[in-house]
Amino acid sequence: MVWITQALSSSLGRKVIMSLTGLFLSSFLIVHMAGNLQLFKADGGRAFNEYTYFMTHNPLIITVSYLLYTSILVHALMAFILTRHNRDSRPVQYAYSKPEANSDWSSRNMGILGTIVLLFIIIHMRTFWYEMHFGSVPMAEYDGKQYKDLYAVVKEAFSQWWYVLLYVLCMGALGYHLAHGFQSGFQSLGVRHKKYTPVIELVGRYFFAIIIPLAFAAMPVYVFLQVHGII
Amino acid sequence: MKITLKVWRQKNNNTPGKLVEYQLDNVSEDMSFLEMFDVLNDSLTRKGEEPVAFDHDCREGICGMCSMYINGRAHGPQTGATTCQLHMRSFSDGDTIVVEPWRARAFPVIKDLMVDRAAFDRVIQAGGYVSVNTGSARDANEILIPRTIADEAMDAAACIGCGACVAACKNASAMLFVSAKVSQLAILPQGKAEHVERAERMVAQMDAEGFGACSFTGACSVECPKSISLDHIARLNREYLGAKLTSDNVQ
Repeated sequence: MVWITQALSSSLGRKVIMSLTGLFLSSFLIVHMAGNLQLFKADGGRAFNEYTYFMTHNPLIITVSYLLYTSILVHALMAFILTRHNRDSRPVQYAYSKPEANSDWSSRNMGILGTIVLLFIIIHMRTFWYEMHFGSVPMAEYDGKQYKDLYAVVKEAFSQWWYVLLYVLCMGALGYHLAHGFQSGFQSLGVRHKKYTPVIELVGRYFFAIIIPLAFAAMPVYVFLQVHGII
Repeated sequence: MKITLKVWRQKNNNTPGKLVEYQLDNVSEDMSFLEMFDVLNDSLTRKGEEPVAFDHDCREGICGMCSMYINGRAHGPQTGATTCQLHMRSFSDGDTIVVEPWRARAFPVIKDLMVDRAAFDRVIQAGGYVSVNTGSARDANEILIPRTIADEAMDAAACIGCGACVAACKNASAMLFVSAKVSQLAILPQGKAEHVERAERMVAQMDAEGFGACSFTGACSVECPKSISLDHIARLNREYLGAKLTSDNVQ
């Protein structure tokens, strides 16, 4: 087994870990966004609550969710190790440097963007995931069956303007993180081809960097406007 | 042209360096950047001061010796060119130009603008070769190689090992250099036989030298005087992953 630990602790192996966990987290975003689109249904939160019930009771989903928590931790921890190593690789900084002449801002600031996303995940999970699992959530009844009314928690959280603003800003950071991260993840795996790379870049730049964060940002904004009777 | 230079002066690797300002009043725009340094050194010598130490050799863009970080960019503002191919017409009268050495843990400063790039040599020694008795030259076209592959190998082989990729990378990563050296051999039949061990050994040596990891910012390829493509970095990742998964080397 020496070869595996050796491979995974090399600079290339560490990037492979970043890539695999990152791409898995990207795929999760699609599911998370699609599911949460239930928030836009004008049914008082029934579809959303039924969906959260499914997500917290389906054994397959529960198993995958543990993989997800692990991926977040590994991705963040590995990023920390890599950042430190990369900083050590240049002990004396340039007095004058013009990196904007040769590379994108997002590609050079993945650590900062990732830290913002990580802090967001912590806040986000505290507000919803923690309340759902360990907090006291009011109950709702549909067709004689009891459901935890997470929709009520969502409404309460998104009725605060500053909380909505925080979400929107963090989704901006997520967009920039994915603009570089998604396509870069494929490079770390060596997936680069004239036929597929342009498609991967397109998906990264438009779907993951723009559509997904926009859809997520639209949710708190929509709920806020609804709660305050603006729409 | 009047030029103000801020040049990094450092006695040796054990003493801290600093930027020192020099004024040059008679710079011709037809001078190369290195010729401008020759003029500066000539005036310093006449004044009894120590000239600025900098690396240079062929002065025609093929040896890879010149290595200056000029105004925040490796080899200066031009793309696809070395420092010796940079001319003063790229600057304007009255400009202030900051000149620093490559900065990386793996490239310790020897003196002023000279750095020790022996780390690159050790990476090559770890596997950047074909270990067969070559004998006499073989007939052309004895081994058939498709034109596209020959071109790609040639593009990788254009690497002159100057280290601009490391200098430009925010992580001081040597991925573009190592990937070019792996690619030029891995895609040709002569080098293919040893491609598994080569990828393993050269990456291990690259890590041992203290270069950073690749963030795929693409800065290296933009600043590379030979414009070596990022395709090679992806190939090195592929080669290394494949090597680790399939080689007999268990330890």
